[in-house]
Amino acid sequence: MSANQTTQKIRSTSAFDVGRIRADFPILKLKVNDKPLVYLDNAASSQMPQQVIDRLVYYQTKQHANIHRGVHYLSEVATSEFEEARRKLQRFINANEDREVIFTSGTTDAINLVMHGYGRKFIGAGDEIILTTLEHHANIVPWQMLAEEKGAKIRVVPINDAGELLIDEYEKLFNDRTKFVGVTHVSNALGSINPIKEMIAFARARGVPVLVDGAQAAPHTKIDVQDLNCDFYAFSGHKLCGPTGIGILYGRAALLESMQPFKGGGDMILSVTFEKTTYNTIPHKFEAGTPPISAAIGLGAAVDYLSAIGMDAIAAHELDLLKYATGQISSIAGVRVMGTAEHKAAVLSFAVDGVHPHDIGTLLNQEGIAVRTGHHCAQPVMQRLHVPATSRASFAFYNTMDEVDALIAGIRTVQKIFT
Amino acid sequence: MADYKSLYQEVILDHNKKPRNYGTIENPSHHAVGHNPLCGDHITVDVDVDEGRINNIAFQGESCAICKASASMMTTSVKGKTREEAETLIQEFLAMATGKLSHENCPHIGRLAVFAGVSDLPTRVKCAILPWHTLNGAFNAVASTSTEAEEDPMHAPIGDA
Repeated sequence: MSANQTTQKIRSTSAFDVGRIRADFPILKLKVNDKPLVYLDNAASSQMPQQVIDRLVYYQTKQHANIHRGVHYLSEVATSEFEEARRKLQRFINANEDREVIFTSGTTDAINLVMHGYGRKFIGAGDEIILTTLEHHANIVPWQMLAEEKGAKIRVVPINDAGELLIDEYEKLFNDRTKFVGVTHVSNALGSINPIKEMIAFARARGVPVLVDGAQAAPHTKIDVQDLNCDFYAFSGHKLCGPTGIGILYGRAALLESMQPFKGGGDMILSVTFEKTTYNTIPHKFEAGTPPISAAIGLGAAVDYLSAIGMDAIAAHELDLLKYATGQISSIAGVRVMGTAEHKAAVLSFAVDGVHPHDIGTLLNQEGIAVRTGHHCAQPVMQRLHVPATSRASFAFYNTMDEVDALIAGIRTVQKIFT
Repeated sequence: MADYKSLYQEVILDHNKKPRNYGTIENPSHHAVGHNPLCGDHITVDVDVDEGRINNIAFQGESCAICKASASMMTTSVKGKTREEAETLIQEFLAMATGKLSHENCPHIGRLAVFAGVSDLPTRVKCAILPWHTLNGAFNAVASTSTEAEEDPMHAPIGDA
């Protein structure tokens, strides 16, 4: 260990009271295979603090009814709490208005909403959609479905060996047929943070709307959609210490208003006859049927929890973890880090020479360590790096330097077994 | 609770490191490619059956240690056996790996019992059974098989988000 890494380890532990934070997460006390759980699969899903669990229990015990319908007490309470959750999300991403926040079932659902609501209405034959090599399948497949249906074309921004987008190439992809850009804020497979603000500015200057997949960014950094100036921003609640089955789509009000509904049903209409149906105003136009009310309220509690800690403090601690882990893992012979972008979130993809990622995953699990192994739903990234799969450790603000040490020791054990 | 220690024991690690019958056979009587779309692993199995007996068998492919060791041990287990004997062993192995039968109730399983532990690891069962599926596919003249095939007893979507 270098002197620099040692200093980093001490500084981080003293500056951020991770012990107090961990006490909020009951699941982190679990033992797996008789070892303390070391949960390093946060990019797949994060854990939930007691504050959010309590909020869900309180809602379910004292406040539940269907929303936007009844005139009775519980319906009014549930509606008011649900709409308050929307305002919490609005503040969390600094949206201009609460009606620009649409509750979806997650990032995938949000992207599909944009594909159906915007894409199917405004993108036609011969039009071009720009995506990047770093996209999760969720921001590839819906656009391929649209391209196939409409006869549109997908153009792909390449990356360099470090896992950084080639911005010159991005700019060269634009032409008068370019109608849409979809870009991930942070790569789920490699952790690269993309220069989305510049990319958005370039596209917007040419009148091209931009959707940002924020699934991996929102849990780890302050999001300001007005500062980014994006048209759409999507993320999931369960990666943000909230429940599964909930996420949001932020959309600029004017764009949302111009779009067609995605799903039809109750709550998204003003009036229905068999001759003609009038759609509700935004955001309700895009929230057909009874939404996951408790999950939305839980997500509101989760962003309160994160905001109380502070997104800047969270980002700083995670960067310390990443730097320490990168330094430690790079010092092991026969281990390669995949994704060495200059700007990275706390995602560490790696390969161990001669050991398949699935064997690494099973053997680390034996030590109580949870990592993700596989293609991370980002097969184009894997193809570009010429690997079928990687192992991925992804950190959250409740992880510790000791857990990094456990990971490193686990990798050394794997190597010993396979020698 | 899964006994991981028994899964990654010496015999499996040894077959992973030095796979037996690794490669291809010229003009095999039977051949199939098996792949596991969940992880991208794939193997080929070539078999030479003459008068109902397996004269030669070889496999090749990129895969995890469990899959490679399973394939290697499969080839050494069925070489020289009749096709019927091999098919009985395929059924016993699939039943053991998927937890339908304990290895004590598989009379022909022998040292392949080292794979019994995978039945407790749902995400790894497919790694162990892929070679056996592929051999079965080769016997039945299915050129390409997959752990996700409809007829697969283990067919179950496993999320990979």
